[in-house]
Amino acid sequence: MTDATVKMDAPFPASLLDSAPAPTVGTAQPRIDGPRKVSGTARYAAEHFPEGLAHGVLLRAPIGCGRITGVDAEAALAMPGVLALIRDERLIRNGGDFAGAAAPVQGVDEVAYFGQPIGVVVADSPERARAAALSVKVTYEAAPGVFDMEAARGTALPPTDDIYGLFLIHTEQGDVDRTAHEAAALVDAVWRTPSQSHAAMEPHASVAVWQDGRLTLHASYQSPVVTRDQLATVMGLQPSEVRILSPFVGGGFGGKLGVMPEAVAAAIAARHLGRPVKVVMTRQQVFETTGRRPMTHQRVRLAADAAGRLTVLQHETITDQLAGEVFFEPAGLATHLLYAGENRLVDHKVVRTNKLLGVSMRAPGEAIGQLALECAMDELAEALDLDPIELRLRNEPERHPELGIPFSSRALVDCLRHGADRFGWASRNRVPGGLRDGEWLVGHGMAAAARGNLFGPSRARVRIDAGGRVMVETEMTDIGTGTYTVLAQIAADLLGVPLARVEVRLGDTDDPASAGSGGSWGAATSGSAVYAACAELRARLAAAAGLPADTLTFADGMVTASGFRRPIAELVGDGLSVEGSVQPGESNSRFNQTSYGAHFCEVRVHAVTGELRVARWNSVFAAGRILNRQTATSQAIGGVVFGIGGALTEELVHDPRSGKVVNRDLGEYHVPVHADIPPIDVHFLEERDPVANPLLAKGVGELGVCGSGAAVANAVYNATGVRVRDFPITLDKVLAGLPPVSAARRRA
Amino acid sequence: MPWIEADESVPLTLSVNGVSHHLDVDARVTLLDALREHLQLTGTKKGCDHGQCGACTVLVNGRRINSCLSLAVMHRADEITTIEGLGTPDALHPLQAAFVETDGFQCGYCTSGQICSAIGMLDEWRAGWPSHAGAGAGPARTIDAAEIRERMSGNLCRCAAYPRIVEAITRYAAGEGAEA
Ligand code: FES
Ligand code: FES
Repeated sequence: MTDATVKMDAPFPASLLDSAPAPTVGTAQPRIDGPRKVSGTARYAAEHFPEGLAHGVLLRAPIGCGRITGVDAEAALAMPGVLALIRDERLIRNGGDFAGAAAPVQGVDEVAYFGQPIGVVVADSPERARAAALSVKVTYEAAPGVFDMEAARGTALPPTDDIYGLFLIHTEQGDVDRTAHEAAALVDAVWRTPSQSHAAMEPHASVAVWQDGRLTLHASYQSPVVTRDQLATVMGLQPSEVRILSPFVGGGFGGKLGVMPEAVAAAIAARHLGRPVKVVMTRQQVFETTGRRPMTHQRVRLAADAAGRLTVLQHETITDQLAGEVFFEPAGLATHLLYAGENRLVDHKVVRTNKLLGVSMRAPGEAIGQLALECAMDELAEALDLDPIELRLRNEPERHPELGIPFSSRALVDCLRHGADRFGWASRNRVPGGLRDGEWLVGHGMAAAARGNLFGPSRARVRIDAGGRVMVETEMTDIGTGTYTVLAQIAADLLGVPLARVEVRLGDTDDPASAGSGGSWGAATSGSAVYAACAELRARLAAAAGLPADTLTFADGMVTASGFRRPIAELVGDGLSVEGSVQPGESNSRFNQTSYGAHFCEVRVHAVTGELRVARWNSVFAAGRILNRQTATSQAIGGVVFGIGGALTEELVHDPRSGKVVNRDLGEYHVPVHADIPPIDVHFLEERDPVANPLLAKGVGELGVCGSGAAVANAVYNATGVRVRDFPITLDKVLAGLPPVSAARRRA
Repeated sequence: MPWIEADESVPLTLSVNGVSHHLDVDARVTLLDALREHLQLTGTKKGCDHGQCGACTVLVNGRRINSCLSLAVMHRADEITTIEGLGTPDALHPLQAAFVETDGFQCGYCTSGQICSAIGMLDEWRAGWPSHAGAGAGPARTIDAAEIRERMSGNLCRCAAYPRIVEAITRYAAGEGAEA
């Protein structure tokens, strides 16, 4: 039951946020949950210790495809403290965000990928459970599987589902083939990106407690209500019989969106044993048994006329996924709208492989799709002998180039221009491989960024107690994004109370359901729900004051109008509680909503060894109103670094004989470390998007990862003269093509 | 030390943040699990259990170590400092406060390790321990960003707060120099 609903059916002429006399929104505010995080007192999923807690360890398939024929647990069960080996057919094999509420029963005998869960061993201590799991003997019949996407590319078929129309499978207009043949300049090449891992620092963990027939799960999920519904289905319960608590989530990036195996294992084991059970994934299990970003083979063909106007944009992606799964990597997403051009073709196909489930990972599609598209744009600019910024300026569309609908706001051109200034693009190196500083070849690169602004229904409750303290409650999560702080800021500004008088409670499925943290929509959706509730509270306070709402000012804990000034606490009686909600509406289809940016970087490549270093970075973004400059900047930096990792170091390597993840730990899967990352300059343009939502804000969290890797790749080319289209760009791929050491010019 | 079977329970006294704790632990229990599972001092995090992420960094007699790579029974004679021993939400250690100021974290999961590691790292710097970024020694305030990045590279942050962690450590180090 909701008291106030805002539907995105028409632009918002004004936002109440702009009426706050001393707004916190738009400023840089330290995180309100910060002191708990830096003092180690914020409790994450695995850090709960109910009475009688037992510990479960997942048992997993030792083959990539086939059948489990026997499990001998005799020795394991005889070990001290071992309570059970549970092989329940409901143990989820393919979880994730697109498993749907149906969360299908997949059994524990048929093996679809190496490392899939086939049981859970439970003991009274973690050490005993681990030792017992290691001594279980599994026998199997291996079957030939499909482990190599490239080898099986000929079997690719269109995806079976377009994910609510969001992931366009195939679009086409004009005649790309004929036009390409008439072009003044043409780029036609294949870019490859490997499987990648979210690698959130907190491994997936669940503590399951049954009490009076109700299941409570302390867990680490980005969208607990989605996970709750899946878990309820698996367990044969009503959603109201399951409660998930995720007040702190140690990173997600898409890897904690849907239910994952540890949650189901903990719930089943706890029910079976009649005592609480904790299942924490090992790092190796996170790599092998949760989800990955699928690998891609992307053909991009761009053609332009002599004036540098694009005539062909063609982007065909082949990606891989387990059989029967609907999610696919929609690498062509940004290609639909980033540039103008008459003849267009965007297509996706899927090879069914026996490899770990493909799921959303930070900016699904756009992150790696823009690697290919923005590198292709760089190559086209070179073919035309044009500045890559100029090429983009010449192809700036007035409206969505395929749908003909207007953009809600689009500041790509401003981002490009400001970024160029901040970076000093005018004095960049113009001769690939031609600039040297000591032992280092120096290169400069840029790329554009675009990330769709999505919107989903969200609810939040806002209460003002008799003492004038404000409480915001929603099932929404803070996965490092700053939700606690941003929601507190919105409530503080709209109700005119100091930030310190606002408390925020998140991540409890017993509170009003949100759209969750994913798709960069968390702050805008949950923030808009808080906005809706606060607007209604202002109306109720006005009624209590006996004055029209639009004559009142809310500030310093006081409600003020001419001749009227009362503390808010005096107007709330025993307290007020309002639930606000937001719904997507016509604005979400009548306009294209996208956040934009531009990246500029300097890369240094060692002239002898090929070692690659990112040396300097500027990004400029336009994402509507920036709610909190501090946390938004951190999100943007995080996204850029994710992009640098994808460009230079990250690759989940699969054994071609079994699909097994070979580099299944943080020593071998290389996420960027301190030494890899220079200062990252992030600048947000002033922008308001009146269409997006009443906050006039768009998404930020994934924007940084879009295009940033391409800026790196383009800078590597500029430094070395080597185009690497096979990511990540490791030194072995540039070494052979480096210019002769003596030939390079020295920096003046 | 006598031979201990893997599954044997071992009596043990651990001194953590100045408090002595008497425990009976399975000999296989790591220092990290002793802290988290037995003492419920969960500020110290487990990111990998393999010495590859730094989330579990604590100070043992003032030196930073990965507590996941060390057995609890090896620390009978040691003084262990964890994030909980540095400060509390209401009385933060100056380095903790610097992390809040600079937003040197996002999800917060690597943060305890980053903070404990930085404290150990600055001691190493003062003591003249060399690094790949170039040898150095001196008061904390003389450390530069390149040294901090190199010496902190064992502490991963997937949220990638790196530039702001470096800023937090730099600010703290500068302030410490001023007091000295
Ligand atoms: S948990 Fe010890 S280094 Fe990762
Ligand atoms: S703050 Fe999330 S891993 Fe560092």
